[in-house]
Amino acid sequence: MSLVLGVDVGGTFTDLFLFDDATGAARVAKVPSTRGHEADGFLAGIARLAEPAALSAIVHGTTVGTNALLERAGAKAGLITTQGFRDVLAMRRRDRRQTWGLTGNFIPVIPRDRRIEVAERILADGSVLTPVDPAEITAAAQTLLEAGCQAVCIVFLHSYANPANEQSALAAVRAIWPNEHVAISSDILPEIREFERTSTAALNAVLQPVVGSYLSTLNTRLREADFAGPLSIVQSNGGVMSLETATRFPVRTALSGPAAGVIAAARIAVAAGYPNVITGDVGGTSFDVSLIEAGRPSLAAQTTLEFGQVVRAPMIEITSIGAGGGSIARIDTAGLLQVGPSSAGSIPGPACYGAGGTLPTVTDANLLLGRIDGQRPIGNRPALDVDAAARAIELHVASRLGMDVMSAAEAILEVANARMAGALRLVSIERGHDPKDFAYMPFGGGGGLHAGAMVRELGLACALVPRYPGVTSALGCVIADMRHDRVRTLARPLAALDPDFLAAEMANSEAILAPLLDGAGMRFAARHVEHALDMHYQGQTHTVSVKMPAALDHASLAAAFAATYAGSYGGLLPHVPIRVMNLRTTLIGTRPPIDLASLAPGPEASLDASLRPARRVWFGGWTEAAIHDRLLLPVGAEIAGPAVLQQPDATILVEPGQVARVDRLGNLIVEMAR
Amino acid sequence: MMAPDTLGPVALAVLKGRLEQIADEMDATLFRRAFNPTIAEAHDACHGIYHAQTGATLIQGKSGLPIFVGVMAHGVRAVIDKCADRPPLPGDVFVFNDPYLGGTHINDMRLIRPIFADGALFCWLASVGHWHDIGGPVPGNYNPEATSYFQEGVLIPPVRLVRAGALDQDIIDIILAASRLPDTALGDLQAQLAALDLGAARMAALIAESGAARVKLALDSLMALSARQIRAAIAELPDGTWSGEDFLDNDGRSATPLAIACDVTVSGETLTFDFTRSASRTAGPVNISRATTEASLYVALKHLFPEIAANFGVMEPITIIIPETSLLAAPRPAPMGGYTETILRVIDVLFCIFAEIAPASATGCAYGTINALSLTGQRENGQPWVMFSFFGGGHGGNPEGDGLSHGNPPIATAIIPPVEILEAAYPVRFTQWALRDGSGGEGAQRGGLGAIYEIEMQGDTQAFVFAERAHFPPRGVLGGGPGACNVISYQQPDGWHRPALGSKAVGIRLAPGQRIRLETPGGGGRGLASERSPADMARDAEIGSVP
Repeated sequence: MSLVLGVDVGGTFTDLFLFDDATGAARVAKVPSTRGHEADGFLAGIARLAEPAALSAIVHGTTVGTNALLERAGAKAGLITTQGFRDVLAMRRRDRRQTWGLTGNFIPVIPRDRRIEVAERILADGSVLTPVDPAEITAAAQTLLEAGCQAVCIVFLHSYANPANEQSALAAVRAIWPNEHVAISSDILPEIREFERTSTAALNAVLQPVVGSYLSTLNTRLREADFAGPLSIVQSNGGVMSLETATRFPVRTALSGPAAGVIAAARIAVAAGYPNVITGDVGGTSFDVSLIEAGRPSLAAQTTLEFGQVVRAPMIEITSIGAGGGSIARIDTAGLLQVGPSSAGSIPGPACYGAGGTLPTVTDANLLLGRIDGQRPIGNRPALDVDAAARAIELHVASRLGMDVMSAAEAILEVANARMAGALRLVSIERGHDPKDFAYMPFGGGGGLHAGAMVRELGLACALVPRYPGVTSALGCVIADMRHDRVRTLARPLAALDPDFLAAEMANSEAILAPLLDGAGMRFAARHVEHALDMHYQGQTHTVSVKMPAALDHASLAAAFAATYAGSYGGLLPHVPIRVMNLRTTLIGTRPPIDLASLAPGPEASLDASLRPARRVWFGGWTEAAIHDRLLLPVGAEIAGPAVLQQPDATILVEPGQVARVDRLGNLIVEMAR
Repeated sequence: MMAPDTLGPVALAVLKGRLEQIADEMDATLFRRAFNPTIAEAHDACHGIYHAQTGATLIQGKSGLPIFVGVMAHGVRAVIDKCADRPPLPGDVFVFNDPYLGGTHINDMRLIRPIFADGALFCWLASVGHWHDIGGPVPGNYNPEATSYFQEGVLIPPVRLVRAGALDQDIIDIILAASRLPDTALGDLQAQLAALDLGAARMAALIAESGAARVKLALDSLMALSARQIRAAIAELPDGTWSGEDFLDNDGRSATPLAIACDVTVSGETLTFDFTRSASRTAGPVNISRATTEASLYVALKHLFPEIAANFGVMEPITIIIPETSLLAAPRPAPMGGYTETILRVIDVLFCIFAEIAPASATGCAYGTINALSLTGQRENGQPWVMFSFFGGGHGGNPEGDGLSHGNPPIATAIIPPVEILEAAYPVRFTQWALRDGSGGEGAQRGGLGAIYEIEMQGDTQAFVFAERAHFPPRGVLGGGPGACNVISYQQPDGWHRPALGSKAVGIRLAPGQRIRLETPGGGGRGLASERSPADMARDAEIGSVP
């Protein structure tokens, strides 16, 4: 028997997904998160599903690191760096917060008095101009310890080209540092660009004590409860890593939960026959979109958590815009209706929450139009106040535009939907994809309310609503492969790249990554390695990622570059020299496949059983809409709009002119009626 | 009240979003493909959608250089004038860099393309980017000693680069022959053409989807809407006249300071900007065209009141008075290479004036110079190299708090290349890259800090500097103190020197091992230092007054 448990700890709920390898059976649970004592909620959730001792593995998606960064609740950390360069972290890339309006300061996570310079220097070609003096390093580390630092990172200029000085300094610091929270930038990110490397290393340092102690506590509690298998963590790249790796490189958990969601979405979509899918997560303040092509999520090379906080590491590419359920509708000074990016958040929240919010939000519009059941809102919330929603919309939108309140509510949704459609367009059309070839997969609680509108506005193939939209990330934990990435800056003309050297670098990267899989204590169905080169024409700063050809000679590499460049940008420049910037290596350990059919509705499901009393919903006028319990809809059921399909953690709107059917895996497919 | 346009505020908001997305996407296409880092990394470029008959800027991409919102209207107008005798055809693309027609300076290459719907001219798309080099005596074209554009670079008037879809290789040959870096120029030109192709395709799709009439209505409505918006904003300001004055160090030829002075009159819903008291045209290259002055004014207003629309309708209730003899309305062939410095000073003067008119949004002056440094030499293999970059400084104290340290100039969203990239690409070694202690102006909200950059040459090198603020510091507002002045210095066998004109120098010869050092200005403070909160002061003391 092999029971694998996925656990996604979010801000409000801890979602669990238990999968039995042997029988294919799956079960889900949702319990409140216990902020600050996450292990309590974690174990309470497990208790609903199984004995910890019976579990063979636990895979965890966590927002502990993300929250610590967003709330600036990281640990006190120090930086040891090259003489003359301690302000790199504060100086960023000389950017500013927004194009217009010279407001907004930047406070680095490691302040200046904890950034210590030492005499050392590596040059761009990797040669050592000034070696480190271990005594000076020791003194710097001592100063940081006395300042109360719990972690230290060492970042030297050009360490990607030669890590020798960083490694000497590491040895000197380790000799006196009282804990394991010491890291060098060439281990975290051996890639050219000092600010991005320093920022990533500094964020890693402030997270190490926080995430380390969280994981250690969790691990201890699980062991006390007799759990004996491996505990693994989902990384931002959508792969899992061992507890040890996560403790060393906590910055890789920055998008842990959302990445798991996208991984699950990819697997569900492929199983449902839609390998091309765009996911959309409607939260309270934001709408997060990700594109999956041929079953593979897109990856971004870096992300900016907030102004000046750059994490450079491969991450599931998630495009976020300020349009969620709590987004505020207002009339701007030009007289145009705007929705977002400002948000009522969860406190005070939409006007209908009755928690002090008075401004109209997207949720208020959905409620007033009957699309949300105010008596039974999702997420165990008390009943919603329709009158408060109407008053807010009347005062701030309807009266200002000279409209009646119902038209104003529809207008709010029209603008909100247009903004969400814009985000989908950004990741699809703007990257050369045709929306007709893509399905849209909403997850999170509110995604299903806007799914039909996305299909209508963009001409998408359909909307694909997974059976449990609220626990998608927990499912992703169970599904995700183990994945590790490494980058190595080569920075040389293609003409000067020795194929034997390249082969040796590829082998070296593989050798560095392999132990991360070997030591994880997990079973893999297969392993494979992928190499790619970041290449460009000499003089360009942006690169294209070129899949490594079978042969490593110059002609083959040049041909592979030309094919990729032409595909991305068109015109080639045959007489301009080609440069090779970075080698990127990915090692993947694939997990045994999971049959998602186990999620499909059982024999208890039937159309009759699913029917709930009809309710009026506004579509340019009140219309009687069918209401169903979504989880009781049987395989093959077809529901014509207008209809509202409800389940404990999500609401799905089927617009007039659209039809929803349940596929064999229990997903809902919403399409335009033919 | 119903908005007086027949589309309605909802449909208009939706179409405006679509149009903005098209401009943004053109920006992204150029940044990804461009060869020279001033476009690819520093984003010294812009794309937009312009009115079919007037050329007015209707939509500009968010990532583009702010200053172009104003000047590109004139650039498109120049192409419209060019077409008076021979109307444009679908698939035409015009190219030019004439700053007397299009504003800014000779490095900015403009590509402009008409868009047709139902057989009629519908709107224009434009792509402008700062090219690395377009000939003239100084690599990179920043020549502080120029007395006319003939000493700045090769001027291309508006000509058809593409005729009804057919690229004219002869024109390309002429343009490339003018540049020291023809490969880079060709790469940038192709990238700009690609951005226009993409914009044309997206416009065609939008028109097909929404109907030409509706899109046209949206474009026409945007101008009127912005005019209404700015009128409402002006109406909230008190009536009266306010004055301000600041100085440029010099014009790069003689040491005389040059006044930039403005009298602003608020009357009901209108604004008048009178620059009569500013200096007269000058021999050196800090003149700007009338179009550029208008554009600077727009940038200043948009920073202080960010909700103002990014289109030219905001200029409708605004009157600008500039005498024909002014350095703010210079005609052909007055040199304009250093246009950025004059624009930044106009913006500083307006920041100071509006601090009095609308104290709630008062913001101290930013560092006030583009700080262009060009280093050139020959590699061991005889190949020439040119390292050209802009260096940052502090932003002013503002209503939200202290000014940002090491920011980019208000007219650009440019980012700086990494030290590691610069050292890998050029024979230079940075010995310091740091914040400059004490350079931010005092205030309840302190000015942000400038920076120190010190570079050691690895081979024989010539340095060219085009900067400002060596003699007149960035000012504070509402009683805030000034930021520190710019200090530029370099080593010679007998020790450290400063350029005779403080912030400008041509052809400084540096031997291997000698260094050049930029200590850039901080921002001006906001409010009295005595009103600075104890918590902020404690933090200043704890970490040496820097973040």
